[in-house]
Amino acid sequence: MPASSREWPLWEIFVRSRQGLSHKHVGSLRAVDAEMAIQNARDVYTRRREGESIWVVEASHIHASQPESRGPFFDPADDKIYRHPTFYDVPDGVENM
Amino acid sequence: MSDLRDKKGYENWDEAGVARFEALLAAEEKVEPRDWMPDGYRKLLVRQISQHAHSEVVGMLPEGNWLTRAPTLKRKAVLLAKIQDEAGHALYLYSACETLGTTRDETIEALHDGRAKYSSIFNYPTLTWADIGAIGWLVDGAAIVNQVMLCRCSYGPYARAMERICKEESFHQRQGYEIVTKLAQGTPEQKKMAQEALNRWWWPSLMMFGPHDSESTHGNQSTEWKIKRRSNDDLRQHFVDMTVPQAEILGLTVPDPDLKWNEERGHYDFGPIDWDEFKRVLKGGGPVGRERLNARRKAWEDGAWVREAALAHAEKRRARRQAAAAE
Repeated sequence: MPASSREWPLWEIFVRSRQGLSHKHVGSLRAVDAEMAIQNARDVYTRRREGESIWVVEASHIHASQPESRGPFFDPADDKIYRHPTFYDVPDGVENM
Repeated sequence: MSDLRDKKGYENWDEAGVARFEALLAAEEKVEPRDWMPDGYRKLLVRQISQHAHSEVVGMLPEGNWLTRAPTLKRKAVLLAKIQDEAGHALYLYSACETLGTTRDETIEALHDGRAKYSSIFNYPTLTWADIGAIGWLVDGAAIVNQVMLCRCSYGPYARAMERICKEESFHQRQGYEIVTKLAQGTPEQKKMAQEALNRWWWPSLMMFGPHDSESTHGNQSTEWKIKRRSNDDLRQHFVDMTVPQAEILGLTVPDPDLKWNEERGHYDFGPIDWDEFKRVLKGGGPVGRERLNARRKAWEDGAWVREAALAHAEKRRARRQAAAAE
């Protein structure tokens, strides 16, 4: 392999399996541009009609929360159990709630 | 946990990281790419996933050999679809491997310069059309047994790739079994062809599960880290129990004089495996092994200008668009 060769950019692929559902991450692939990424995604991830719409996002454009700060970042949700319907007492016999 | 500190594979020790890693494993949850993981865990996964990916790629070669000689157009279309799947499987696996911090090119180079291995099964030649049937039935059948287990492995991206692959792989096994069935029910010559293919592929398929548990070098650590969920011998037994009745239905004979149903164990007993042959094939496997690697290197080198040109073209178009937007 020549030293000058560079890898194609990495793309993350999202597929909507049918109308009414959101796009879901299915995997990644390498492609030189968005057009090629969409075509390759069709061939790689929808060979058996797994989708009817594809999104491609260059992996370097995705920003994510930090796994090591998972605790402090998400813990505001921990002590607010009153956000869940099961927190509330409903008298016996009450229906449709 | 502190007893892990000096353990091999934990050189990158991090108190909080280890605690979380161990908790994930204990809770049967998945480890994801950006989670802390022991160096050894990462290394073991890179080795295993890249070998697996290489096996998918090299596995296309013995089948490609029969594309132009498939007996009917239908068989040719099916074989093409199967080979395309194998390329897809390789891609899922290379992607999973990349999440561990390797680059695609590095991984592929390791195959080409002989540092990385691939499944030794692909160093056997495909002599007749019946071999294509036997590969689907037996080789893909054995792969499915292994891959169903790997759907439960602790590393998220690998497990997800396996789920996808398993869904596609069952078509591979069925089309192979159908090829063998047609031959087994055909003329005496065709039946003989099917039997000979079974004779050729039976033992190599059993060897695909790797050395006996007592001699497996990576087995224990892999099990502790929940990458491997069942032992080699356990998986092999499962495959034999599954496959022997399938051969009987076709009226074919499994080439093992010691093969016998063991009522007490509830499993088939089978004869000893010739591990010397396994080791010989694993070490580069003679003429076919060389041919496989040469074919891969040639494809990679011949495709270099396409990879470079596509990238250059995309960059040129991007620059042109930017210039137009700036006007």
